[in-house]
Amino acid sequence: MKTSKKDFIVEAEEIIESVNNSLLDLQGGFNPETLNSVFRGIHTLKGLSGLFGLKGITDLSHTLESLLDDLRLGRLELTDDVINFVFSNIDILKNIISQVSEEKQVDDVSDTIKEIESFRKASDTKSKEISLEGFGISPSILNVLSNYEEHRLKTNIKEGNGLYLIKAIFNLTEFAPGLEALNSNLKNLGELIATLPISEGISEGSIGFKLLLGSPMNTDDIKSKVGTADVEVISQLKKAAESKPSPLTSRPREVSLKSSTNTVRVDIEKLDTILDTVSELVLAKGAVIRIGQELAESVGFISLTLDVHKISQTLDRKLAELQEYLLDLRMVPFSQIFTRLVQVIRRYSREAGKEIDIEIYGEDTKIDKQLAEEIIDPLIHLIRNAVDHGIEPKDKRLMLGKKERGTVTLKAFPEGNKVVIMVQDDGAGLDTDKILRKAIERQMVPENQMLERKEIFDLIFVPGLSTKTEASEVSGRGVGMDIVKEKITSLGGFVDIESEPGKGTTFNLTLPITLAIIKALIIQVASDRFAVPLTSVAETFFVEREKIQTIEGREVIERRGEMLPLLRVADVFKLKESPTDDYFAVVIGFGSRRIGLLVDNLLDQTEVVIRPIGECLKNIRGLGGAAEIGRHEIVLVLDVENMMEEAFTRKKVNRAALDA
Amino acid sequence: MKSVLVVDDSSTTRSLITSMLEDIGGIDVFEASSGFEALKILPRRPFDLVVTDINMPDINGFELVSFVKNNEKYKNIPVIFISTERNEGEINKGMSLGAFAYITKPFNTEEFHGIVKKALSL
Repeated sequence: MKTSKKDFIVEAEEIIESVNNSLLDLQGGFNPETLNSVFRGIHTLKGLSGLFGLKGITDLSHTLESLLDDLRLGRLELTDDVINFVFSNIDILKNIISQVSEEKQVDDVSDTIKEIESFRKASDTKSKEISLEGFGISPSILNVLSNYEEHRLKTNIKEGNGLYLIKAIFNLTEFAPGLEALNSNLKNLGELIATLPISEGISEGSIGFKLLLGSPMNTDDIKSKVGTADVEVISQLKKAAESKPSPLTSRPREVSLKSSTNTVRVDIEKLDTILDTVSELVLAKGAVIRIGQELAESVGFISLTLDVHKISQTLDRKLAELQEYLLDLRMVPFSQIFTRLVQVIRRYSREAGKEIDIEIYGEDTKIDKQLAEEIIDPLIHLIRNAVDHGIEPKDKRLMLGKKERGTVTLKAFPEGNKVVIMVQDDGAGLDTDKILRKAIERQMVPENQMLERKEIFDLIFVPGLSTKTEASEVSGRGVGMDIVKEKITSLGGFVDIESEPGKGTTFNLTLPITLAIIKALIIQVASDRFAVPLTSVAETFFVEREKIQTIEGREVIERRGEMLPLLRVADVFKLKESPTDDYFAVVIGFGSRRIGLLVDNLLDQTEVVIRPIGECLKNIRGLGGAAEIGRHEIVLVLDVENMMEEAFTRKKVNRAALDA
Repeated sequence: MKSVLVVDDSSTTRSLITSMLEDIGGIDVFEASSGFEALKILPRRPFDLVVTDINMPDINGFELVSFVKNNEKYKNIPVIFISTERNEGEINKGMSLGAFAYITKPFNTEEFHGIVKKALSL
């Protein structure tokens, strides 16, 4: 037989991973489709393991499948406790799969199975099923629905939603794109319950689909939204069902779906398309302003000039409003992220056998939905580290005179147009000696090099440096701190570490509130112009050449009684500096990690849309993208974090060793 | 040479069924990872048998088979369901759609070979 056990292991591991991800998503909010995908994953695993004769896995996944079936068919309510219970059993399943993969003796699962069964019995809240008779749904449809689709149909009826059958015909060879477009359109209108391919009455070379939709919208709205497709109304929307909930609809999780009557769920991609269009308009607005200025210069303030001036002001104001509305639409509160993280902390602390209290601040702080999704993985990684390496075991904490239970604090707060996310633990703190020793061992730092504490902390972001010699169960999964940093940097943010031995470690992630349009400072260096994101600029000031001092081979300048390191942008890009006596310093960074970029001139502040740069420039350090400013001129955008790294690591850390 | 279409969203199950079919000899196996893919492959050649899973995303096995059995061109192709679902109602549902057989997972190779050979009149 060509199909080996190895194939099974690969697919089984994939299933477990995607099931775990779906469960994490469910903690963020109930979604019937996500729950169904968890069921399907375990269902597939059951069938698969059966074919390979792996009885332990088959039996356990079978029991788990029954539990998930109860959940997806609404016989049992999906609470956080249930999700945690499922999580713990998925872990057991995962263990057995690795035992199979390592050809070890497989654990006995009979106790686990009993536990799941008694859990099912204990939380049995079987609700009365309604009959589908009398709704005028044709048997040709009812006969092909799966259990789950049938349940979703009933749920839609219970909620008083309208039932619609949308019929669409496509070209047989190329139906996928058209059908997908229609499906995603329908998913915005309600729940797509089933997709039925049909061929009766359809000409050769074509294929038809009947799509069963449950929706809180009325027939006219549906018809206007589906374009040319044919809409058949199976049952009208029953508004009455909404005002007097029958005992059947009292399940809270499902009722929440009902509230969507005057809410439209929009795919974030659509918002992005609109934002892109607005960005283009912002550029056009810039052009109008420029035309006004040129007009004023050439013909003076005649009435045409004033008109242009007026209209550009209106454009400016209205576009700003539009941008603000749109950006606000993309915002979600941190509570969405935090609930997911809390579950992660509970899970990891259980696995690591540590008792941990969780403190949360700033749940109402808002962040761009897309950013929220992007930072979840880095945050999970930081949390894993805090639970695993940070917080000490109970007996050790007691010995050190600390309180028995560890604390992990999650905090989010706005700071100007940035948002700061703090992950803090009250554990052992970073072991600077150990980090430095490792870095020297790996030739990342020359021996006898004196480094400041902060600089040692930053070493944990260097690829290939891990302080834990043995990968632990919880955090040793191959995602390093370097990936965390890379991710945050790619989102235009910073990571800052504070750590005190015996007291704990704090990671501060500073991120822009949104990814879309940014304000930039246009600077001039030699004959070139660059853009610096204004969010990264702390201040700018005038610098006289003779005030620049040199300490330990670094150029610095005194600023409010402190020494500010300087970096010449011209040096970074090997540009010929203008023979000027004076410069401007653009101060970037926060707290103790601040530098002044020396530039020849400050030109303008303007809104830009950052675009990725082409392949040929991609490997140049210090560049983060390109942006168009007026007159179709392209400027390069400085990667501020990269610049700071350049400044801080330039002299001290052995660059060659790092790049090797 | 007989042509058989195997529809299952699990790649391992698919290749397992494929190799079981190939062990019979004289069978050309085509795989589809979803109901949509099956709809695209079906018109490409005259199939002698469709073997399909039931629980799949988007289009389930029942919906696929209902399409096949109501289509003038395909309605004579025998269909075998392979599913872990042992529920009497589900089996009846499958058979009343006009399936040739309903096999529950796990199953042994001889049983499977026997049913396939019968469906293909080998």
